[in-house]
Amino acid sequence: MSYFRDVGALARKDLLLELRARDTLPAMLLFVAAVFVIFHFALPGTPSRLETTGFLWVAILFTALLGLGRAFVPEREQRTFDGLVLAPCDRSAIWLAKSLATLAFLAAAEVVALPLYVLFFHPIRGAMVAAVLLADLGICGVGTFLGAMAVVTRARDLLLPLLFLPLAMPIVVGAVGASVSASPGRYLGFLALYDLLFAVVCWASFEYVVAE
Amino acid sequence: MLTARRLGKRYGEKRVLRRIDLELPRGGFLVVTGPNGAGKTTLLRICAGLAQPTEGTIEREASRAQVGYLGHEPLVYRELTALENLELYGRLYRIPERRERIGMVLERFGLWEARHERVGSYSRGMTQRLALCRVLLHEPELLVLDEPYSALDEAGAELLDAQLAELRGERTFLVSTHDPARVESLASGRLALAT
Amino acid sequence: MRRIPLPALAVSSLVLVATALVFVFYVAPNDQTLGFSQRIFYFHVSIAFAAYACFVGGAWKALRHLWKRDPRADLESYVCIHQGLIFGAMVLLTGSIWAKISWGRWWVWSEDELVLFLVLYLFYCAYFMLRFSVDPGPQRANLSAVYALFGVVLIPVSFAAIRLAREFLHPRVFTLHGPNFGGWILVTYCISQAAMLVLAYTLYRLELGGKRLDARLRDLREVLA
Repeated sequence: MSYFRDVGALARKDLLLELRARDTLPAMLLFVAAVFVIFHFALPGTPSRLETTGFLWVAILFTALLGLGRAFVPEREQRTFDGLVLAPCDRSAIWLAKSLATLAFLAAAEVVALPLYVLFFHPIRGAMVAAVLLADLGICGVGTFLGAMAVVTRARDLLLPLLFLPLAMPIVVGAVGASVSASPGRYLGFLALYDLLFAVVCWASFEYVVAE
Repeated sequence: MLTARRLGKRYGEKRVLRRIDLELPRGGFLVVTGPNGAGKTTLLRICAGLAQPTEGTIEREASRAQVGYLGHEPLVYRELTALENLELYGRLYRIPERRERIGMVLERFGLWEARHERVGSYSRGMTQRLALCRVLLHEPELLVLDEPYSALDEAGAELLDAQLAELRGERTFLVSTHDPARVESLASGRLALAT
Repeated sequence: MRRIPLPALAVSSLVLVATALVFVFYVAPNDQTLGFSQRIFYFHVSIAFAAYACFVGGAWKALRHLWKRDPRADLESYVCIHQGLIFGAMVLLTGSIWAKISWGRWWVWSEDELVLFLVLYLFYCAYFMLRFSVDPGPQRANLSAVYALFGVVLIPVSFAAIRLAREFLHPRVFTLHGPNFGGWILVTYCISQAAMLVLAYTLYRLELGGKRLDARLRDLREVLA
C-alpha cells in the first residue's frame, strides 16, 4: 500500500536526521537521569512504591515533551514543511511517520530510564512494561500532532506543554494504575482505548493542521 | 491551467495581496515582477497550493503531483545528502524508475559528483541547483518558480536558462523575478505587482 | 434559534435567573446533612452542565468549520468556548465554595466532576493561548477547530480516567442524587438549569454580535483605505 510506503520513506528520513544530528536522544537520556536525581532530593526518605511510580511517569512525560518539542525543528528551521505539504502523499502520513520516529527515540530513552528506575527506586513488573508501551503510543501520537500545531504559532516551544499536558492526564492515570494496581487489565485496556481514539482523531484531522 | 479572480490575502491586520486577477493558459509563461513586499511570494505560494487566499478564488487544473514549486528556501534537508533528499522526494512523488531519473537530474545540474555529500556542506549556488533538481524531478506540468535566479551562480543560471528554453511550450510556467530581462524572450504574459 | 431577538433573550434570562434565585433560596427544602449552605449546589450543577453544553457547542461549530467550510462557524466556535470557559471558572468557584461547606477545605480531589473541570479548564485555557499565538486567518481557524474537537473527545476520556483513578483516592461522597431527589428539589434544579442555559445562550449571542460588528467594521475600514 502506497500510504505505508510514504510513511516508511518519511520515517526513514526522520530517523536519519536524528542519527546525523545526534542531539535529541542524548539529551533525553541525560534529562531522565537528572530528573530521577532531582526527585530523590525533592522527596527525601523512602518513598513508597506508588510515589516512585509517579516519579517514573512524570519523568517519562517530561522527557517525551523534550523530544516532542524537537520533533518538527528541521521542518521549521529549514522550512521543509512546505516540501512535504506539496507532495501528493496523504498529509496524515507526515504525522504518522513523525510519531513513529519519535516513538523510537522515546523507547530508546526508556531502555535506559527503566533500568535506572529499578536501580534507584523499585523493581518493576510486566504490567508496567506493557503500560510503558501503550502510554508511549498515546504520548507520541498526540504529542507529535500537537507539536506540528505548536510549530506554526508564535509561542512555539512554550505552547506545546500547555496543549499537551491536559491531554496527557488520562495517559498518566492509565499508566500509573497499570503499574501499581492489583488488576492492571482495566488500566491497560483504557490506555489502548485512549490510543485508538486519539489516533483516529489525529489521523483524520492532520490535513487541517498543515493547511495554511 | 490557472485562473485567479479577485484574489486577496491578509495576514492578520496586514494585507499582502489585493484583488489580483490572473489567467495562465496551458503552455504559457507568466512573469511576475514587483518590488520587495509587493506579495510576489505570497501569490506564488497560493498558486502552488501552499496557502489559501482570504478573498477571491483560484482554480488550478493541476493536481499536487503535477505542481513543482521553488521558493526562497530550497526545501531540502541539510543533514541529508543530495541523493537521500531526492530519494525521499522521489518516493513521495512515486516517480517510476526513480534511480535513473535522479541520476539524470543530478547530472544535468552538475551535482552528480557531489551526490553523497551532505547538503549542509554545499555552496549556496549548489543548494539552489539541488532545489531545481527537486522541482524538476517529478516532471511537473505546472512550474511555480519564485526568483529562481537569485541564489544561482553563473554556471547554474546558464543551466537554468537551457532548462527553461527546453521546457518552454511543453509545460506551464509561473515565474517571479527581479531580473525580467533574463526571461523576457520566453514570456507569454506579464504581471506587475505594486505594494 | 438565531431569529430570537437579543432583547427578548436578555429579558428571559433575567426572569429565569431571578426565579431560580427565589426557588433556590426560599422554595427548595433544606438539605438533611448540610443545611442551608448546600444550596449552592443547584447553581454548581446547572452551571457545570451549561459549560459542558458550551464546549460541545464549540466543538460542533468547529466541525462545521472544518467539514462544511461554514464561514461563520469559526467565530461561533470561539465564542461558544469562551462562554464555556467563563462558566467553567464559575464551576470551579462554586465547587470550591461547596467543598469548603461540605468538607471544610477549599479544594478536594475526591470530587470527580470538579477534578474533571480543572483538567478541562486547563485544556481550554490552552485553546486560548493557541488562538492568541496565531495571526487571524484560515490557519488559526483550522488549528482552533481541530483543538476544539480534541477537547470534546477529552471530556468522556478524562471522565473515565478520573473514575478509574478512584481506586487510589477516597471513595466518592454522596451529592445530589439521594433518596429525596424529587418534588421541590427537582423543580428548583430544573429552573436553575434552564436559567443557566438561557443565560449562557444570551451571553453567547451578545458576544457574537459584538465580535461580528468588530469584523464588519474592520472590513469597512479596509474598503475605505
